[in-house]
Amino acid sequence: MKSNSTAIQRVANKKPHVVLFQRKYLCIPYSIFLILFIIIPILLIVYYAFSDATGAFSFDALVGFFTTWTKINVLFISIFIALQTTLICLLIGYPLAYFLADKKVNKNAVLVTLFIAPMWINFVLRTGATRDLLTWMNINGGNYPYLATLIGMTYNYLPFVILPLYTTMLKLDRSQIEAASDLGANPFQVFIKNILPQSVPGIVSAITMTFMPTMSSYVISDTLSEGKITLLGNYIYLDFSNTAWNDGSFMALIMLVIVGISMLFTRNKENQDSKGGATW
Amino acid sequence: MEENNKIISLSHVSKVYDGVTVVDDFNLDITKGEFVTFLGPSGCGKTTTLRMIAGFETPSEGSILLNGNDITKLPPYKRPVNTVFQRYALFPHLDVYDNVAFGLKLKKVPVTYTTKKGITKTKLKHLSSKVIDEKVARALKIVDLEELEDRDISTLSGGQQQRVAIARAIVNEPEILLLDEPLGALDLKMRKEMQLELKAMHDKLGITFIYVTHDQEEALTMSDTIVVMKAGQIQQVGTPKDIYNEPNNAYVANFIGESNIYNATMMKKKVVRFLGANFNCVDDFPVNEKVDVVIRPEDVELKRIGKDGNITAEIKEKYKEKLIGIVDSKVFKGIHFEYIVLKGKNEIVVQDTKEFNVGDVVLINIGPNEIHIMKKELTTNVFTDAYIDKNNKLIISDCTFDCELTQLLSDSHLDENGYLIGPDNKKYDLKDADVFVEIGLSDIEILDHNPNEDENIGEIISIVYKGDHYQYLIRTKEEEDFVCDSDYAFNENDIVSINVLPKNIKLTLKGSITKYEVE
Amino acid sequence: MVKKIFGQIYIWLILIIMYLPILILMAFSFTDAVYVGQWNGFTFDLYPALFQNKEIMIALGNTIIIAITSALVSTLLGTSGAIGAFYLKKGFRKSVDLVTQIPIVNAEIVMALSLTILFVFLGQYIFHAQLFSFWTLLIGHVVLSLPFVYISVKPKLQQMDPSLYEAALDLGATPKTAIRKVLIPEILPGILSGFLLAITLSLDDFIITAFTRGTGLLNGEANIETLSTLIQATIKKRPVPAEMRALTTIIFLAVVVAVVCVSLYRYYQGKHKKTHAQERMSKL
Repeated sequence: MKSNSTAIQRVANKKPHVVLFQRKYLCIPYSIFLILFIIIPILLIVYYAFSDATGAFSFDALVGFFTTWTKINVLFISIFIALQTTLICLLIGYPLAYFLADKKVNKNAVLVTLFIAPMWINFVLRTGATRDLLTWMNINGGNYPYLATLIGMTYNYLPFVILPLYTTMLKLDRSQIEAASDLGANPFQVFIKNILPQSVPGIVSAITMTFMPTMSSYVISDTLSEGKITLLGNYIYLDFSNTAWNDGSFMALIMLVIVGISMLFTRNKENQDSKGGATW
Repeated sequence: MEENNKIISLSHVSKVYDGVTVVDDFNLDITKGEFVTFLGPSGCGKTTTLRMIAGFETPSEGSILLNGNDITKLPPYKRPVNTVFQRYALFPHLDVYDNVAFGLKLKKVPVTYTTKKGITKTKLKHLSSKVIDEKVARALKIVDLEELEDRDISTLSGGQQQRVAIARAIVNEPEILLLDEPLGALDLKMRKEMQLELKAMHDKLGITFIYVTHDQEEALTMSDTIVVMKAGQIQQVGTPKDIYNEPNNAYVANFIGESNIYNATMMKKKVVRFLGANFNCVDDFPVNEKVDVVIRPEDVELKRIGKDGNITAEIKEKYKEKLIGIVDSKVFKGIHFEYIVLKGKNEIVVQDTKEFNVGDVVLINIGPNEIHIMKKELTTNVFTDAYIDKNNKLIISDCTFDCELTQLLSDSHLDENGYLIGPDNKKYDLKDADVFVEIGLSDIEILDHNPNEDENIGEIISIVYKGDHYQYLIRTKEEEDFVCDSDYAFNENDIVSINVLPKNIKLTLKGSITKYEVE
Repeated sequence: MVKKIFGQIYIWLILIIMYLPILILMAFSFTDAVYVGQWNGFTFDLYPALFQNKEIMIALGNTIIIAITSALVSTLLGTSGAIGAFYLKKGFRKSVDLVTQIPIVNAEIVMALSLTILFVFLGQYIFHAQLFSFWTLLIGHVVLSLPFVYISVKPKLQQMDPSLYEAALDLGATPKTAIRKVLIPEILPGILSGFLLAITLSLDDFIITAFTRGTGLLNGEANIETLSTLIQATIKKRPVPAEMRALTTIIFLAVVVAVVCVSLYRYYQGKHKKTHAQERMSKL
């Protein structure tokens, strides 16, 4: 006891006491990494988007983008193909997720893993396989570049749609659905009034997981359309290869803006969800 | 000599979080070997005080001395103090043995040895595994868990986890053991058992226990000293007996054990008046002083003098100046009956082994020794038996006030039908809800009574001049007393109207709001 | 009943369609035809050929090295970042969370381009050297997987009983020891799933690799090739090379084995928990 209290005396006398280590300091290397390799690069994109080859401030890239018909065309095609892919994936994936999550239809959890498993096979290899199959079936880039690209996109992004939808479907309150049918709602009404609203969070995250990646994808459109369809991603890659940095950066900036808008939208959605969760 | 007995002393300790004072000027000395309990409702600062002793929080002001040394800023791992946490905080990835041995494995003790050259040196060394084994075994024996060394924490019951948590703390031989509501998660039977065991453990180990709880019964059963806290301040420090029998104020009395608390006034020397009757008492307070009286339910004696709720003129005549009531409810509690006896609108809770029936007219007798008189804190008017009527007005005996019900639940509002709507859209009907009311002395406005108006009226009983203002004691017809500070002069026996702005009426619901939920 | 049959048919139909390209590729890994659809008779020849193909083996080696190093770095950095951020004041924590979200929602090509610009910029104005190498590639892959480690660890921290850390301090552990002995073991499942996610993302990546790679690793003086870049370069104008079909079969089998192992592990874990629960129930 005596030695203990003198030990305390010793420590207590070392005033002022300095706490050398705090848990929050662990965040420092991480934050530095984020600043160096995420924030600064994005700022550089903004800088290059509004400067010319000499590094002076300039609107050339902006003017160039909005006056070059092909570039605007690329933007619209990208948005269009992304919308189509997202819609097709949702149409296929939604009932699939519903059936997978329904205990009456499927009791096998491994089946769900099987739907996600393609993600573990190299993505470029998968794209090549799809292309070869389509070529065998005579739907190649030469004949149907647009259709081939669309099929390739759907193949690739379907697992990304199934996963969030399935997780939401698992949380569906099945008793509510039964109650609704019990009260005389026909299956269509049950779906519109009950199942669909309950699964909105899953749909939102499925859309965010498909829309942007599709717009910016490079390998799929390049491989499946045999270079005949150019999306934003291909265009940026092209600009980058031709060291047309300012133009490429401006396109990247446009994508960033679209991402920012979609991020705002989904964040609000998430906040609402968490609020909803709190009341339950 | 006395200095030596003090193991820990907190002087002027305060803790402020984001501008909110959680602990306010806390002063306390704890003697070595004592079992001290911090008792109070949640949010009273008891856990924060404990956490400052453990070292998890640093006081905003003041100092903490351990054996006379300042440990205010010492980090927790350097203090000879161990904690048993509320939800045990056992390490789920370790088994029982490793949980208990956790502290021992980190400990370094000075070992003296002689080098080849014959020089004696002292080095800090970890404990040998043999020593650790022995100590763990001893600690597990103390908590009766000898055979569970290799078990996973997740396979233990709540009570067993509790014991592991205690073993893990005492194995380090702390000078002080801190226990933060350690029995809160156990069921009632388990809790009772553990209370006795903890008490026995305290006797056996001989170290100081500081225990935090909101359960007054637990505090009374186990402690040598109880520290009753409210809003970060100490209300009373004393032995369980002192605190039970001689509460310092109505708050303490209300918190410790079930009790009847009434507003009362000293009529004569050692005569106090409450519930419309005079009683002899042993405490001496100045005449006309407004006081609180506390009567424990087991101290009230009943005698049947009539039945069917019929107080006849004969009874009235015979027991004039005595307290008469009607038995309103009866509950059998095993060893005794608990009755609620009504005297007008006032309730008297009585515990008695004799049997009475609902509706019996009873003579209520309270011995002079059983009437505990406490000086009223004249900072606020406190009304313990007020309620809300169907129009959402506050009823204090014969007075009716407008009040703000939304203060009973944060983020709530009233809907057009007068229901209180909570933040989660739950609906509450507060009709007949019992509330605890506080009204500041200067928040009561008194005016000359206008006989044409329907007002709350009272008679001025006493006037005290306080230097720059008057303090009036106003008594209503139903003998409810209001104390009020005013700059205006009135005379004794004036009839005045009593007004309070709704925002100045502080309400606290008795019991949980959930019981008023509708739909 | 109708729903059940229809549902099961639908599930299996989509599953077969989804796996069709890979299954076809696998089937044609047993014949040495140039393209899919041409059957030249059954043979195992493609498998030894795969292992003798130096280009593919080098790419495979590079891919594995990058996956493991980048996953290790992101796990270390992401875990410490998540722990640190968890104990930051709310405002700071929110901004760290927000910046962490950027690479997750952002288009990969934008991240790749921005990193390239950074490395060129740094090379030109600060280091006066060509920076593209294994290190820039590593940074690229860490940017890719770091946020995923962070978001796998974060929920584990939120689920953890906050008094565990205090209990460790109370028992005499310094903050560093408490983190090592209590906090890390508690959030280990999150760290592991973050690590696995990081490996997966790195193995699969093409765009960031294509933008940020330089010379080095097993390629020596030449540009680093990973499986993704190698396959991309070869399939641009031609069908998937014959040896790659054999590689597909091997990868597919590995995935199937992994899925089976994980399912079995989960199954037994579930059983294990159940028996413990029963044990506890019987005690009561």
